[in-house]
Amino acid sequence: MNALIRTLAPRLKAARPQLALLILALLVNVIVAPGFLDLRMQDGRLFGGLIDILNRGAPVMLLAVGMAPVIATRGIDLSVGVIMAISGAVAAAAVNAGLAWPLALLAALATGLVCGLWNGLLVAVFRLQPIVATLILMVAGRGIAQLVTEGRILTFTEPHLIAVAGSTVAALPLPVVLALAASGLTGLLVRAAALGLFVEAVGTNPRSSRLAGVHTGLVLGTVYVWSGLMAAMAGLIAAADIRGADANNAGLWLELDAILAVVIGGTSLYGGRFSIGRSVLGALVLQAMRTAILRAGLPPELNLVLMALVVAAVLTQQSPAFRPLAARLAARLKNKEARA
Amino acid sequence: MPQTETPVVLAARGLTRQYPGVRALDGVDLTLRAGEIHALLGENGAGKSTLINLLTGAQRRDGGTIIVDGMEIDPDGPGGAVRAGIAAVYQEITLLPNLSVAQNLYLGREPTRWGLVHRAAMNRDAGALLRRFGLAIDASRPLSDFSTAVQQLIAIARAVDLSAKVLILDEPTASLDTAEVQALFTLLRTLRDQGLAIVFVTHFLDQVYALTDRITVLRNGRLVGERRTADLPRLELVSMMLGKAPTAESHLARRPATSAGTGAPLVRAEGLGRRRLVGAFDADLHAGAVLGAAGLLGSGRTETALLLFGVETADQGQLMVDGKPVTLRSPRDAIRLGFGFCPEDRKLDGIVAGLSIRENIVLALQAKRGWWRRLSSAQQHELADRYIKLLDIRTPDAEKPIQLLSGGNQQKALLARWLATDPRLLILDEPTRGIDVGAHAEIVRLLEDLRDRGMALYVISSEIEEVAAYSDRVLVMRDRAPVGLLEGDSITPAAIVNAIAAEHHTGGAA
Repeated sequence: MNALIRTLAPRLKAARPQLALLILALLVNVIVAPGFLDLRMQDGRLFGGLIDILNRGAPVMLLAVGMAPVIATRGIDLSVGVIMAISGAVAAAAVNAGLAWPLALLAALATGLVCGLWNGLLVAVFRLQPIVATLILMVAGRGIAQLVTEGRILTFTEPHLIAVAGSTVAALPLPVVLALAASGLTGLLVRAAALGLFVEAVGTNPRSSRLAGVHTGLVLGTVYVWSGLMAAMAGLIAAADIRGADANNAGLWLELDAILAVVIGGTSLYGGRFSIGRSVLGALVLQAMRTAILRAGLPPELNLVLMALVVAAVLTQQSPAFRPLAARLAARLKNKEARA
Repeated sequence: MPQTETPVVLAARGLTRQYPGVRALDGVDLTLRAGEIHALLGENGAGKSTLINLLTGAQRRDGGTIIVDGMEIDPDGPGGAVRAGIAAVYQEITLLPNLSVAQNLYLGREPTRWGLVHRAAMNRDAGALLRRFGLAIDASRPLSDFSTAVQQLIAIARAVDLSAKVLILDEPTASLDTAEVQALFTLLRTLRDQGLAIVFVTHFLDQVYALTDRITVLRNGRLVGERRTADLPRLELVSMMLGKAPTAESHLARRPATSAGTGAPLVRAEGLGRRRLVGAFDADLHAGAVLGAAGLLGSGRTETALLLFGVETADQGQLMVDGKPVTLRSPRDAIRLGFGFCPEDRKLDGIVAGLSIRENIVLALQAKRGWWRRLSSAQQHELADRYIKLLDIRTPDAEKPIQLLSGGNQQKALLARWLATDPRLLILDEPTRGIDVGAHAEIVRLLEDLRDRGMALYVISSEIEEVAAYSDRVLVMRDRAPVGLLEGDSITPAAIVNAIAAEHHTGGAA
């Protein structure tokens, strides 16, 4: 127990800005929808505003978990939204072709793995710029997904596949459990194994990392494969949720949400330090904002503007040029108060 | 060569530039006369680039004056320097390859007609300008159609046309072949005879003597001296660059000859080399002995280390470890064999700035152990604290970002990174460069201590006296090839300088 507190305490301290943002967004929810915080148990499953945010936010949480290590290596994965569409399409096509549901799930995850391998190959072996390398799949991927679904929305009735979004584990919706489990597993992989140190070293200085004996290619390849796998899982949830694979709209623009979540989580796009936990919090902040706007009855288009404002605020706050400016402003305000 | 003193075009006095923790340029003077080619020489970290940056306004100076044609100038950017008549051409050509030659020549000052770029006039003017520089090429073709050498000449033509008083050339011959170098020299001599003052930065001594009229030598950010090329023997020039009077006795006592390094070598390089990188060299590395490597910047000294550590793969010769042939394809191969490498450029290749001292120290050991056998936090802290104490790294704690340490302490942290892996061979490239005097002596003591405990060391250094003091053998490099191996009592600073400076006529650029 003590050991747990010792590991968690500094992490919670580091996550204060993200927690503050989340609480702020939740407060707005409470204001626009009284009773937002109410939790009730029904048929062995918890219901309530908080659970909703976790459940709706699960796909972006998964994407952010995969995106954080990628960005920490000074890379970016623009293809995750598209990987969601492809893996969902593969799962739907597989069950509709009569494949057993476990095989369909495996096929969908394998699809994500292969997509990640492709990105990793382009970045780590052929040394393409990550933004260009993953743009290739981002552009081609919708086409691939449409080929799989033959241009239709491929609906399915396979109950196990639908259960990915609809069933309950430990009183929580399965997507929430999946997202939290994936976060925990990834956190363990990067911090309990040495991958986290290697990712941060490669992202900060690939040359000295290589000279220190870090297998930079393997590290780069791994983060893209992992990102692909997380995206495939998110794609399964999205498809199960609507009981169909929509090649055109599944995961559309969600790569941007994932990048925003990681950035809100305090990871610099210039690579280096990253945190899985804070990236997940970033995803939840985005979802809480979205929910608040919907509940307030405001047009959903406003969401994009608000999100842009939050990102601008977070990035400015991280900018090295802004900090001295803010310090000067604060000092001036204090002086004024002192005089008044 | 002008026999009488021509008027001074540019006089820089007491130029100073301070970086955090290090004075990159400390009260340096430079005098350029009309119609002379002036060599600016010095080893890495001597301050050549900083001096050029201050003259071209790329950086602001912290002290000193620059007078051009009797007027004090204060270039606050390349534009200001160009207006004052100073233009620079760099080794990496800074033109735009996708634009035409003419567009490059007149970028930002295109001839216009009715408010539009007058393309025909521009191409015509460009052709005329280039013919003056001996280039008969079609100026409307894209720059990327032409060889590096021609692009270099175009860059010079643009610079001279922009501001024809002072032309600074930063290693212009680095990527040219012999014939191209000759063509460049012919052009530079013509420009000199037209009254231009030319600053020529190079590390090819043959070219210095073939082309220049006067030499300014910098060392560690200070001016060593200014001489007429004709009056400065090569031996003395090398001594000035390396900071060692060739006749004086070393003030460092040489350790008595030992039996170290007489048995079978731990690592043996037989004719190891790589085309376009470094010519075949032999090296025997014994446990408990130091092989020193000496040579000027660009002599191939660093490249020997790159081959020995697998950063570059050799395409000739054979590397033997414990008598068995091995091939190194990456640093990881070398590390598996128990090698370690502290590179010359600590900032770029050494430290991982942004990570803590602890993470920097454990990085190589963790990489050696792999992903799954992670050093626990407790182990990492123990390791970091142990080496901080052992090597006397001055820091309040191991969690500070490594870039906050001074150069000497960063170097110690990098040593710690390798010592943690318990290496058999440690390769050090300029381990004391850019480190203050106190830490300097500490690092040397550390190296001697490691040697005495049975580690094999390969130390590349431009500190001739130090190399002479602690080496059991010294490999001397020049023009990317070995030129000598000194052993035992024949290792003296004077002997090393002599070997480096020996007259030879290979025509310069490789």
